[in-house]
Amino acid sequence: MKKKLVLIGNGMAGMNTIEQLLKLAPNQYEITVFGSEPHPNYNRILLSSVLAGDADIKDIVINDWDYYKENGITLHAGHTVNKIDTAAKLVKTDTGLTVPYDDVIIATGSLPFMLPLPGADKEGVIAFRDIKDCETMIEASKKYKKAVVIGGGLLGLEAARGLLNLNMEVSVVHIFKYLMERQLDETASRLLQKELESQGMNFLLEKNTDSILGKKRVTGVRFKDGTEVEADLVVMAVGIRPNIALAKESGVEINRGIVVNDYMETNIPHVYSVGECAEHRGIAYGLVAPLYEQGSELAKRLAGVESAGYQGSVVSTKLKVSGVNVFSAGQFTDEPGTRSVKVQDDFDGVYKKVVIKDGKVIGSVLFGDTSDGSRLFAMIRSGEDVTGKEKQVLLGDSAGGGAKSGVDYVASMANDEIICGCNGVSKGTIVNAINEKGCTSVNDVKYCTKASGSCGGCKPLVADLLTHVLGADGVKSVKEGICGCTTLGRDEVVEAIRKMKLTTSKEVMNVLEWKNPEGCSKCRPALNYYLGMVWPEEHEDEKESRFVNERNHGNIQKDSTYSVIPRIHGGVTTAKDLLKIANVAVKYNVETVKITGAQRIGLYGIKKEDLPSVWEELDMTSGFAYGKSLRAVKTCVGQTWCRFGTQDSMKMGIELEKRLERLYTPAKTKVAVSGCPRNCAEATIKDLGVVAIDGGWEIYIGGNGGTDVRPAELLVKVKEEDEVIEWTLAYFQYYRENANYNERTSKWVERVGFESIKKALEKQEDRLALKERFEKAASLTKDPWAEIVNNEELRKSYESIITPELSAIEN
Amino acid sequence: MKRLIIGHQSEFRERRARLVHIGNTEIAIFKLSDGGYRAIENLCPHKNGKLSEGIVCDHHVFCPLHDWKIDLNDGLVQAPDEGCVKSFQVEMDEQTGNVILVLSDTDILAS
Repeated sequence: MKKKLVLIGNGMAGMNTIEQLLKLAPNQYEITVFGSEPHPNYNRILLSSVLAGDADIKDIVINDWDYYKENGITLHAGHTVNKIDTAAKLVKTDTGLTVPYDDVIIATGSLPFMLPLPGADKEGVIAFRDIKDCETMIEASKKYKKAVVIGGGLLGLEAARGLLNLNMEVSVVHIFKYLMERQLDETASRLLQKELESQGMNFLLEKNTDSILGKKRVTGVRFKDGTEVEADLVVMAVGIRPNIALAKESGVEINRGIVVNDYMETNIPHVYSVGECAEHRGIAYGLVAPLYEQGSELAKRLAGVESAGYQGSVVSTKLKVSGVNVFSAGQFTDEPGTRSVKVQDDFDGVYKKVVIKDGKVIGSVLFGDTSDGSRLFAMIRSGEDVTGKEKQVLLGDSAGGGAKSGVDYVASMANDEIICGCNGVSKGTIVNAINEKGCTSVNDVKYCTKASGSCGGCKPLVADLLTHVLGADGVKSVKEGICGCTTLGRDEVVEAIRKMKLTTSKEVMNVLEWKNPEGCSKCRPALNYYLGMVWPEEHEDEKESRFVNERNHGNIQKDSTYSVIPRIHGGVTTAKDLLKIANVAVKYNVETVKITGAQRIGLYGIKKEDLPSVWEELDMTSGFAYGKSLRAVKTCVGQTWCRFGTQDSMKMGIELEKRLERLYTPAKTKVAVSGCPRNCAEATIKDLGVVAIDGGWEIYIGGNGGTDVRPAELLVKVKEEDEVIEWTLAYFQYYRENANYNERTSKWVERVGFESIKKALEKQEDRLALKERFEKAASLTKDPWAEIVNNEELRKSYESIITPELSAIEN
Repeated sequence: MKRLIIGHQSEFRERRARLVHIGNTEIAIFKLSDGGYRAIENLCPHKNGKLSEGIVCDHHVFCPLHDWKIDLNDGLVQAPDEGCVKSFQVEMDEQTGNVILVLSDTDILAS
């Protein structure tokens, strides 16, 4: 028996809660939605675009009628709930419907604040809040010419721009001395005013409205100073108020809005509230980003998922008026105790300001160039310490000029330019997915277009493109789970494995309520790795969760043949081994014999069924060239031959490779040892690099020469070979225990911070404990090729074709 | 219409595939974790990957070459990619434990 959930208010906050709830617990509730407007759920923020003629009403629908049908949601559009009987747990509407509930969400949003002026009830006096208001304006523009907007805030200016687009003459009345004072400082506001005046708006500042003139329909507006202005249409956009009448009527505690705690619960059990009508810690928000955050917390609450609850939001705003770029966030006025960095460039019409207090960015205003908006907003939210780099925050490292920001960069790209090189996805395709399929997060884009779905290198570009198209507010930063099957991150999954003693993927997916019962190609290998890492002795490797390369112990090539790359420790081989390899290559008529990038020899084009015999005849161990594990240790010849060599790098490389080989790591790992600082083995672009110096060794970590080119950082200098081994094993075990599956050390070091790794390894007792864990897990590994060669059953699995006596059965 | 015994259920491992050739067509027969069998052509419409080597999740397989997701029930490629793989009827005879591929006449002609 499903519980009954009733949502009152078919707007953005309420329906977003339902969307998120369905993702977490699709079958928990039977859901009924009431909406006063005769429409499905639409994006109120885009009404300005409808008015501006950039979008059609059908373009701004978020969930169409089909969405409700497909998800089994009953929608009563055009019915207004006028009573919640919290004792009997029923909601009643003005149209005579009565619906019982187990849980009810009040998401009634807010109402435009109508100034109680004499004449405010005349025809032609409206608000700017819903589709109906838009329609009224469009109708009015066909018959009338003069429009007055009361209110020079965000909403008023967007309404005014829309009316200009409808070819009306527009005057904006504002009580304060400059526009948008709640979002801008005076400097930015004056620049904005100048820009809007050049677009054709007329401003009446510091004007206090006295009354609306006219008989039946409005003809003008009179101010308290006695002046008047003609008007055939008056739009009031002076603010919004939480719509709390229903809650008040039903006995729910209210203040300015409906009072909720961090879990969006009201004072009455089973009655929740979310969105503009809710007041959290004294604040009722009127912007979409915080409302989505609230929705996410409420969805978790209803689904029974533990969470820390909603903690309030720092908000940012952008003005959606074409041709004007304005951004503001946090506390942007200069107060005692704050200092700011400002840039004003009258030639380009750019003004930027960042306000800093106690070493943290607390607010910002940008005019004319808002490309830094999302970056600054992230800084405000994270509260990072910028002491000593205050100027760089705004001016970048090369104060003044400098590289284009990411958002600028994607904005300047042509539509057919490729953003995702792996999957050939162009900017235009992604922009379409954002505009037409409603993608609002990198994950959405990945699902719709595949961009960023392979190597992930273009994720930042995709994120910038989202910001460019939707504005900083429009991008959802959803909590990314380890894959689409869950919202849980790596740490939560690993903690559950440890705490609840989960030992198989199946258990993990069951207990943690995976969305897909058997996971996907992303999480299955990841869970298999985590389980093996946490329980090296107990966990039985799940072959069916291994990617083909690791399952078959060879790299699959584009024609489904395989490569065979035997282990050549430290890149040092012998004539005897070379002969062996050559003989096998001749015997099996190997198409390509290639020296690989890691100082080994690869045989390419081997059929799957030949693999075991090729391995058998080679009689060498696997080089794991296919594995998320150590690939190879590259070396130079070192002091054995080189006139500059300071240490025996070949010996060190061979030793390291023998210690590290075969044990699975989160992603592939590459190591190199150079015999002197000339670094011929290129050790400083490896996951771990060792560079010999006179009388010792330097150990570098987190380097990469692949997709994420990054120089390695110096971890430590040591004197003895044993110490190199100790540090190396400890580092790799720390990586094994802490990195995300498929996360190379270069990314991992960036994510957790180099210092945190250094700190974890600085005490010898910790290093020895890590080393011991590494060695224990490594001691359980065997050479897979020998294992397969000597096991009839395993060998059989390589005979891919079954050609049984196919006998037809007579029916 | 032809019914072919292609092996005994004991020869199949869950969430893995075995192959059979019918004329020029290579067919991958998957055993799902619920014990059901599915058969599709062993050829990803994208770049000819061998689907038999993919990771199997409930009734889907992910192509090992570029991670295309294919529904084993009907051979349909899942969004955001597009296309279709030919699917075949396969069943298990409860009495004998034999796995039987059922080929329609068009299947036979096409191979």
